[in-house]
Amino acid sequence: MKILLDRGKCTGLGICESLSPEVFEVDDEGALVLSTDVVPDGKLAEIRAAVTSCPTEALRLTED
Amino acid sequence: MTTPQRLVVVGASLAGLRAVEGARASGFTGSITLIGAEDHLPYDRPPLSKAYLAEAPGGPPDTTFRTEDTLRGELGVDLRLGARATGLDTEGGVVLVDGGAPVPYDALVIATGAVARVLPATEGLAGVHTLRTADDAAAVRRALDDRARLVVVGAGFIGSEVASAARERGLPVTVVEAADVPLRRALGDEMGMACAALHDRAGTDLRRGVSVRAIRRDGEGIGVELGDGSTLHAGLVVAGIGADPATSWLDGSGVALADGVRCDRTLATSVRGVYAAGDVAHWHNPLFGQPMRLEHWTSAAEQGATAAVNALKPAEARPYSTVPYFWSDWYGTRIQFVGISRADEVRVVSGDPADGRWVALYRTGERLTGALAVDHPTHIMKYRVMINRGCTWNDALDFARERNARARRTTAVA
Repeated sequence: MKILLDRGKCTGLGICESLSPEVFEVDDEGALVLSTDVVPDGKLAEIRAAVTSCPTEALRLTED
Repeated sequence: MTTPQRLVVVGASLAGLRAVEGARASGFTGSITLIGAEDHLPYDRPPLSKAYLAEAPGGPPDTTFRTEDTLRGELGVDLRLGARATGLDTEGGVVLVDGGAPVPYDALVIATGAVARVLPATEGLAGVHTLRTADDAAAVRRALDDRARLVVVGAGFIGSEVASAARERGLPVTVVEAADVPLRRALGDEMGMACAALHDRAGTDLRRGVSVRAIRRDGEGIGVELGDGSTLHAGLVVAGIGADPATSWLDGSGVALADGVRCDRTLATSVRGVYAAGDVAHWHNPLFGQPMRLEHWTSAAEQGATAAVNALKPAEARPYSTVPYFWSDWYGTRIQFVGISRADEVRVVSGDPADGRWVALYRTGERLTGALAVDHPTHIMKYRVMINRGCTWNDALDFARERNARARRTTAVA
């Protein structure tokens, strides 16, 4: 599974970071940084939670 | 107990929508009825006091969550819009709806949200608005397009965002706040004052400790008569004086009420099969060991899904716990808060309120229980994670020192 980020929608609210801090981080300028765009082993549940929790629906999961 | 076949969700906003989506995602194949008092499809509210009010040649952004096709077709929802719930018969298991047949349920999610408080004796007065619904926002936006002179009553988050939108259009704004300290409950005294200073920096005339005595039509405009005897002249008055949980339709239903619908940690109400979510739910948050009612986007979304799944599978009901989170955007500054504001100590650990950018931490006993970040977006969620893990105050201070040192190194290199 891959993580897709729509930068046009993301406003850096950061809920994803609080749910999956090893994958998502909002930087000093408020831009979201992904440490990987491939869902790491064992992280699918928390990344799914991060995707559904995004208020601007900027995150999606897709099959490779 | 038989498995519920009919899920009814009352309230078609974020929590209601997430209840529907959560039910389907959990594999529920029975019927779902979504009852909403407004004529609109479920829509997102935070943008209504932010981007929606900005000057935009192409018109305001559409904040509708899902199309009607998605709701009816993909999610299989029996959508009843413009249908206000007027009562709940918990013995008979039906929701009473204004102008429609009673709707029977096996499992019910109450997600009727909150209703904006109205200034006394202003109902129906032209040019005086609250800002809660899409219709409210459209009216406020039209008045801003007409370059109306704005008076905001209440220096809370909604009022402050409206003030910000008007200033960004170059319009003069006065904000009248009855309390000496704005945002006291949300942020505490010291940080309430620090955030209020953002108004001064932006050229908004903030009057603290000033009450509104009367509001009346005044020629072409509106006169806002203040407690000090002076009168402000406005073309648009927006009241941001809070909201009350929408529970009057539940009076006499047997569902226990107390500043909202009283829920246990699984969002179950006092009546079997009935759950609540969102702004209306006053539930026990296990993480802080206390009951709370939040009017936040994040908890409404999460509670909606949790309440529906728990209502459908009560034997496997899971508690809902969260570190509360809200954000607000004023004058290009992002304010983010996590945790709870009542604290033994509040300490600024990064930046400086005098510069309009800072981080403050909130201590209860030896624990970190809250954090406020003003234009420090990379800090805030790290503290949310720490609060969730029960981090100590000293560990949080160590972390802040480490972040500050790293920021200094980065600046030195640059």
